[in-house]
Amino acid sequence: MTAVLQAQGLGKRYGRHWALSDCTLDIPAGHVVGLVGPNGAGKTTLLNLASGQTAPSSGSITVLGGLPGASPAQLAKVGFVAQDTPTYAGLSIADHLRLGARLNPGWDDALARERLGRLGLDPAHRAGKLSGGQRAQLALTLGLAKRPELLILDEPVASLDPLARREFLQGLMEAVVEHEFSVVLSSHLVADLERVCDYLIVIVDSRVQVAGEVEELLASHHRLTGPRRDPARLPADQHVISASHTDRQTTLIIRTGAPIHDPAWSVSQISLEDLVLAYMSKPAHIDYRPALEVQR
Amino acid sequence: MIWLTWRQFRAAAAMMSAALAALVAFLGLTGPRLAEDYSTGIADCAAAGGGCSEFLQQFFNDYQDPFLAVTAVVLVLPALIGLFWGAPLITRELEAGTHRLVWNQSVTRGRWLAVKLGLTGLTAMTAAGLGSLAVTWWASPIDEAAANEFPRMGPLLFGARGIVPIGYAAFAFALGVTVGMLVRRTLAAMAITLAVFVAVQIAMPLLVRPHLLPLTRSTTEITASNVDGVTAPANGTTIVRVTAADNTGGWLLSSHTVDASGHAVADTIPVSTPSCVLGAPEPGAAWSRGLSACLAEIKRLGYRQQVTYHPSSRFWPFQWYETGIYTALALGLSGFCFWWIRRRLS
Repeated sequence: MTAVLQAQGLGKRYGRHWALSDCTLDIPAGHVVGLVGPNGAGKTTLLNLASGQTAPSSGSITVLGGLPGASPAQLAKVGFVAQDTPTYAGLSIADHLRLGARLNPGWDDALARERLGRLGLDPAHRAGKLSGGQRAQLALTLGLAKRPELLILDEPVASLDPLARREFLQGLMEAVVEHEFSVVLSSHLVADLERVCDYLIVIVDSRVQVAGEVEELLASHHRLTGPRRDPARLPADQHVISASHTDRQTTLIIRTGAPIHDPAWSVSQISLEDLVLAYMSKPAHIDYRPALEVQR
Repeated sequence: MIWLTWRQFRAAAAMMSAALAALVAFLGLTGPRLAEDYSTGIADCAAAGGGCSEFLQQFFNDYQDPFLAVTAVVLVLPALIGLFWGAPLITRELEAGTHRLVWNQSVTRGRWLAVKLGLTGLTAMTAAGLGSLAVTWWASPIDEAAANEFPRMGPLLFGARGIVPIGYAAFAFALGVTVGMLVRRTLAAMAITLAVFVAVQIAMPLLVRPHLLPLTRSTTEITASNVDGVTAPANGTTIVRVTAADNTGGWLLSSHTVDASGHAVADTIPVSTPSCVLGAPEPGAAWSRGLSACLAEIKRLGYRQQVTYHPSSRFWPFQWYETGIYTALALGLSGFCFWWIRRRLS
């Protein structure tokens, strides 16, 4: 299968501030991709670039082989559910379906009506009167009924309560199983993504820290616990993601492709949440050695 | 896209249609009687002889209030269109975030903007055109009656008659959209649009319109109709004050009194006695005789009145020029909007 998203040295600058820099990605098709990172890390910027909402300041990006937002055909292939799931407050749900039908060549009206019926949303209702969860479902329905090859969702569940969150993600997963499209969704909470994603991108301080299939990431990251020592003395193929020390003990989270033979370490599996937190707390571009010198 | 634009715009369009319908109904009901009053009045006073100036004055006084009111409506309409249709057109979407919904349907934002600008802009121009033409038709007898007081070429009526309101509406609308795109806040965009539009509307008759065609100059004798007053201080001279009375029926831009060598003098002419003795306070036959002697003396001394103006026959050429200028401005702003929405707005 071809890549859904390829980025080469992609960057976006607002004034003198780089919201995203040096981003190189190659996401294969057929995944549910989670984009995770703290607020302001550049997640929305990356998604806006992928949907063609903004143009890059440097580098290049192609989505499904085309330039994002360049033509009606490209727009038709990519669905986008924006942050806070905006809808026209003055228009009814039926009007929104009509909007979708008028503006999209591949509109699947039966899908939209069936889905809204299942959710118990009355087409005569005004979108402005809907609850946050219902509005998010309406926006998702618009994105799904467009029948895109790639659906991008920017923090779709951020403003929803836990129950609405679960229903939203459940609805999304059912649609993915039924219609087989790729998904990229962002969140600042790993817990939201853990259940639905099979591919993960961690982005911190406008840079991509790690990207890969969830299974591979979990298989290649380990927590090492053992007597206190300098992480710099680890074998070259073991990359330290985070390190914490007590007086006598050192705990490391490392990435490695090879088995760990050193008997001094007790090796344990880490959860996806631990992995993401390790990358988020990792200070960018700082070597660990000087910090340890000080501690001695 | 046309459906969505219409769906979003239909409430505003309905309101405008209702207001226009009310205006047209009022003008349609009162207009025929107004025209009839005027033609019978003119016929009567012509039959009676002795000129119609008294009837014209009376006629104008009778209809002054509705005349000024409908003129004001046509003058204000383009500003309202810019404020309430132009400025919110894009900012409303930006403020509600719905641009991120609509720009991700299978329609490029260039096309989205083209349909919104085109449909709303053409409706704005149609509304302004209908309002202006209805008022122009209704007010034509009054415009004739008040040709000296409010010439059609004058700054007040010129902008409220004929086809220029169409150009004003197009410009005000495009201005509102452009400002809205740049400041991205509805209220601020409305305020800036109003300020800029008013400034342009004031600058146009002051700075641009007089130079659209070369001014007509004419030098005329000073007659009883331009004399504003005659005073005779005790020092042995009589001072004749000359007004800038406008007898051109066009748009008077300047009026000076010049002496025999062609130099401008102040609007008072000193005439030495005894050739200019009024003999009696006005009015009366003796005073008139005195004034004619005075005017004869002024003529002998070579004083003349020099005026520059645009004659009323230039009304339609000026209307076309100005409509063209405003339409060009509106097109320029629209072009900028397309560039901005593709390059800068996100």
